[in-house]
Amino acid sequence: MWDYNKKVMEYFLHPRNAGEIENPDGVGEEGSLACGDMLKLTFKLGKDRRIADVKFKTFGCASAIASASIMTEMVKGLTIEEAEKITNKDIVDKLGGLPEQKMHCSVMGMEALQAAIANYRTGKGKPTKKAEGKIVCTCFGVTDKEIEKVIIENDIDTVEQVTNYCKAGGGCGSCRGEIQQIIDKIRGKKEKSAEVHTHPKKLTNLQKIQLIQRTISEQVRPLLKAHGGDIDLIDVEGNKVIVAFRGMCSQCPTAEFTMKDVVEARLREFVTSDIIVEEQSE
Amino acid sequence: MAKVIYFDNNATTQVAPEVLDAMLPFLKDLYGNPSSMHTFGGQVEKYIRQSRESIAGLLGCDSSEIVFTGCGTESDNAAIKGVLAAMPEKRKIITTRVEHPAVLTTCREIQAQGYKMIELGVDKYGQINLGELEAEVDDDTALVTIMYANNETGVIFPIDKIAEIVKAKDVVFHTDAVQAVGKIPLNLNKSNIDLLSLSGHKLHAPKGVGVLYIKKGTRISPFIVGGHQEKSRRAGTENVAGIVALGKAAELAAKSIQQENTKVKKLRDKLESTILKTCTGAMLNGDKINRLPNTTNISFEFIEGEAILLLLDQFGICASSGSACTSGSLEPSHVMRAMGVPFTAAHGSIRFSLSIYNTEDEVDFVIEKMPQVVNRLRELSPFVNER
Repeated sequence: MWDYNKKVMEYFLHPRNAGEIENPDGVGEEGSLACGDMLKLTFKLGKDRRIADVKFKTFGCASAIASASIMTEMVKGLTIEEAEKITNKDIVDKLGGLPEQKMHCSVMGMEALQAAIANYRTGKGKPTKKAEGKIVCTCFGVTDKEIEKVIIENDIDTVEQVTNYCKAGGGCGSCRGEIQQIIDKIRGKKEKSAEVHTHPKKLTNLQKIQLIQRTISEQVRPLLKAHGGDIDLIDVEGNKVIVAFRGMCSQCPTAEFTMKDVVEARLREFVTSDIIVEEQSE
Repeated sequence: MAKVIYFDNNATTQVAPEVLDAMLPFLKDLYGNPSSMHTFGGQVEKYIRQSRESIAGLLGCDSSEIVFTGCGTESDNAAIKGVLAAMPEKRKIITTRVEHPAVLTTCREIQAQGYKMIELGVDKYGQINLGELEAEVDDDTALVTIMYANNETGVIFPIDKIAEIVKAKDVVFHTDAVQAVGKIPLNLNKSNIDLLSLSGHKLHAPKGVGVLYIKKGTRISPFIVGGHQEKSRRAGTENVAGIVALGKAAELAAKSIQQENTKVKKLRDKLESTILKTCTGAMLNGDKINRLPNTTNISFEFIEGEAILLLLDQFGICASSGSACTSGSLEPSHVMRAMGVPFTAAHGSIRFSLSIYNTEDEVDFVIEKMPQVVNRLRELSPFVNER
């Protein structure tokens, strides 16, 4: 059973602003039937160019309904420019949190709002669904731009989290590698900017082991998990790190390359440049 | 706790009061280990024997063919992996797309190890094509595993016919009968079923005990090894209280099975036909004729299952759903998808599963609440344009 907080349940059981506005200034639709959720948002501006009325209709679970409902309250009285800045994280915060697997419900809310605003700008009447960028996940029709957005806004570092937030990778799974590349690209940028701080020169042995452990669990493991594998740190002897591959990795013919290109490269980058990684012998 | 209307008996059942009474002494004074040499422990053995007899009575088999396990999932794992281990030269396994995860995940794991796995599809009634099955069973096939009755829809496969087809090709046949045992009469002596899994908590025994029926002469390697318990077919100190409980539950089931097919079926039919009439966009999933007497699976178009369940929960009504949202996955139930139920309906599928402990008053209460739950969510749905 999902652990919904009181606020989520309250907005699900007593949704505010449910319905549809006739002759709206903006209409946005987001989601799809295949995914099991769909949100239609309509709004009307007042004389002061602020959102005077906004209503939603949702086909979806409790968190989809609650996210949509609380978002309508958040945008009421805002200008278009202010409303545009609302992110899925703002919606989640306002709700006091959502289960991790339900984050995509809040993303749907944000996207419907953006679609409604785009619709207002491009002309009234017809609902639009934007499809910016290149489709990465064909099962759920998610583009690279959408994936990048959730990664940056929610500080995501695993494919699994991306799936929780925007569904990409949750169907056949064939795009998981591509999602990982997007994560790597964004993280690469972020880490470079933070590198100066995370690279203490003199490490005690204990600090080194801790850093190796952290690098393996944060940098290496998510990569291997995306391919059904895993890795365990067995021992550290001086600058020699001994690891064991698990799951799919243990039978993988390219494990040797993974060892050099991924494990060793990451450890050299984040711990010290003279690290040697070896696989545990049977 | 507030009033609970428990219509989720395919998930688990309440422990029968008689079963609780029967098992309690083994959690108190009679705590001995049946393998011990002393009388205090050894005396427990005869209660295990009695339980074995009761279960054999319910299944229509010999008590020596009953192996106690920890749960239905363990029985499925033991059957599938045990048969494959006993005949390593055969590399193919046949199952269906609508199996319980206990079977499906096990088979897929084996497939990842290089086995050929055939998943037979089903039609819109949830039935497989027997001709297709017959064509797939060949010399390389180690095992055919097909469930007796589906947990989500209650659809019953023609297991005797299936077992006959498989036996004619001299291949081992296993069936996951977790949902069938206690609800429909079985007679294993007269069938060609080689292996059958059942689970205690689905028939009013507690969780943590199951059975694997192994027909005499079936080649199978043990799944859990260690001590000599269960004639070395399943090692581990016996869950004596659980085993005694399951024996008592089997005795009770043998007596109440008639009621399942009269009283329970009547309640289910009333619930189902009324909901289909009074709720907008409601449709039945599965095979109306060949199915368990206690189960109904109804889809409510354009609304979502988790939302339905949470609103029912407000009234203390317990049911379950094949919606993606209830599972934490992003796709609706694999059973609904295999039957080709449209997405608009698959996400709104609700399963009600009754037991002999349910009453007509409870059915009437659910019948009263259901239309308002459905209408409330339909009002929120962007797919519905009423007025």
